[in-house]
Order: sequence, then C-alpha cells, then structure tokens
Amino acid sequence: MVPLSFYLLLAAALFCIGLFGALGRRNAIAILIGIELMLNAVNINLVAFWRYIVPANPQMALAGQIFALFVITLAAAEAAIGLALVIAIYRSRDTVNVEDVNLMKW
Amino acid sequence: MTTDLFLSNVGFFVMGLMALAGALIAVSQQNLLRAALGLILAFLGVAGIYFMLEAEFVGVVQILIYVGAISVLILFAVMLTRGLMRGAGSGHNSQWIGAAFVSLLLFLILSAVALFAHWNVTATKVTTDLVPKIGVDLLTTYLLPFEAISLLLLAALVGAIVIARE
Repeated sequence: MVPLSFYLLLAAALFCIGLFGALGRRNAIAILIGIELMLNAVNINLVAFWRYIVPANPQMALAGQIFALFVITLAAAEAAIGLALVIAIYRSRDTVNVEDVNLMKW
Repeated sequence: MTTDLFLSNVGFFVMGLMALAGALIAVSQQNLLRAALGLILAFLGVAGIYFMLEAEFVGVVQILIYVGAISVLILFAVMLTRGLMRGAGSGHNSQWIGAAFVSLLLFLILSAVALFAHWNVTATKVTTDLVPKIGVDLLTTYLLPFEAISLLLLAALVGAIVIARE
C-alpha cells in the first residue's frame, strides 16, 4: 500500500496548481477551472484520511467519504452559479477578462 | 502478494500523473477548450485515485458529476462567451509571477507537513458493504447536512436561472 504522505503530496501539488490557475489567469472561466482543481485536491485529502485513519467515534466511520460527497455537491452548485455570473457579465460588458471588469455600475 | 503490491502502486502513479498532467494543461493553456479538456483529464485522474483508495462510490460520483455535469457546464460557458476567440497573448494576468511564487511556497509548506508529520495510520480497515452504509449514514447521522444541501441545490438552481436569463 502506498504510504499516506504520497496522497497528501499529490493533493498538495494539485491544490497549488489550482491556486496558480485561480490567481494568475485572465479569463474568468479559467479562474473557475482553478477553483475546481483546488476542490478536487481537498477531496483527495479527505478520502485519503478516511482510508488510512480510523476515527475514534464509530459513528463517524464514513465521515471522510460523506464529507467528500458534500464537497462535490457544493462544487457543482458553485460552478453553476459562477458560470451564470460569467455569462451575465459577458452579456453586459462583452468581455470575460477580469482585468477589464473593474468598475461597479455607475 | 507482490504483484498485488506492484499493481496498486503502479495504479497510484499512473492516476496521479494523469491528474497532475491534466491540471497543468488546465492552468497553462490560453485556448480555453484545451484547458477544459485538461480539466476533464484531471478529473478522471482524481477518480482513479479514489478507486485506488477503495472509495468506489465517491469515484463513480466524481465521474458522474465532475466529468459528466461540471465539465459540460464549463464547455457551455466557454462556447457562450466565445472566450477562445478573444485575447492575443498569454492567458496570464499581470500578477502571474507573484501567483506562481505563492503557489510554490504553499506547495513547499504543505509537502513539509505531509512528509514530516507523524500520522497515526491505523491498520487496514474492513471496506465491505460500503454503499449501503453510506446510504444509511446519509439518512441517520448526516441527516441535517443532507437536507440542507438539497435546499442549497434548489437555491443554486433557481439563482443560476435568474442570473443568466435575458
């Protein structure tokens, strides 16, 4: 079995790649892609900890997987809202470049 | 026994490499269609990692929701905003060097924690009959978050339609 730290390293690498995508990109949709990568990295951490460490409370035996399922659901809802916002901004400003969307409604 | 060990390690490395390659494609391509396809590759790699961790239900849900719904949503948004036809030059904004520095620093800190912390890894657990147990847990122990998240999905559904309509 692969040691736990390998999974944590993989999740850290995915998180940092997603962080770079969320901070350093111009297109709003590319930023949302980075956010999705970060959420996936967090999920890998949750499921890896579920697999390798048994919690003391037996009622929480599946907590890691359930948490990961809720994170996936929340990511879907957040992606839907985020992309709806991007489409609305594109309709009114005709750009999805986040550097150009810097004025509130006047 | 040894072939089993070898196969489980190979699976982790192949899937991990797929996830990382997809993530790198997703954040570096200026063409948003290529970035979305790289993201799909990353999602498939992460689903493979879930299968390596013996969490098959989460793996299948990952493929259904992330590859099947969220990626299609992102592709729709790319097509509707015609993001791939605009913008000459790289896809990075004016602060990308700082962003790269911060991500690298965070990766060093996280990998130090991952490698040098003493994790109380307990013995291998019994992982049989997981899907019925997940179902039972969702309706007993985790009933409140379950109901709350269905309310949240309703709000997100209505909100997305209201925001994106003409």
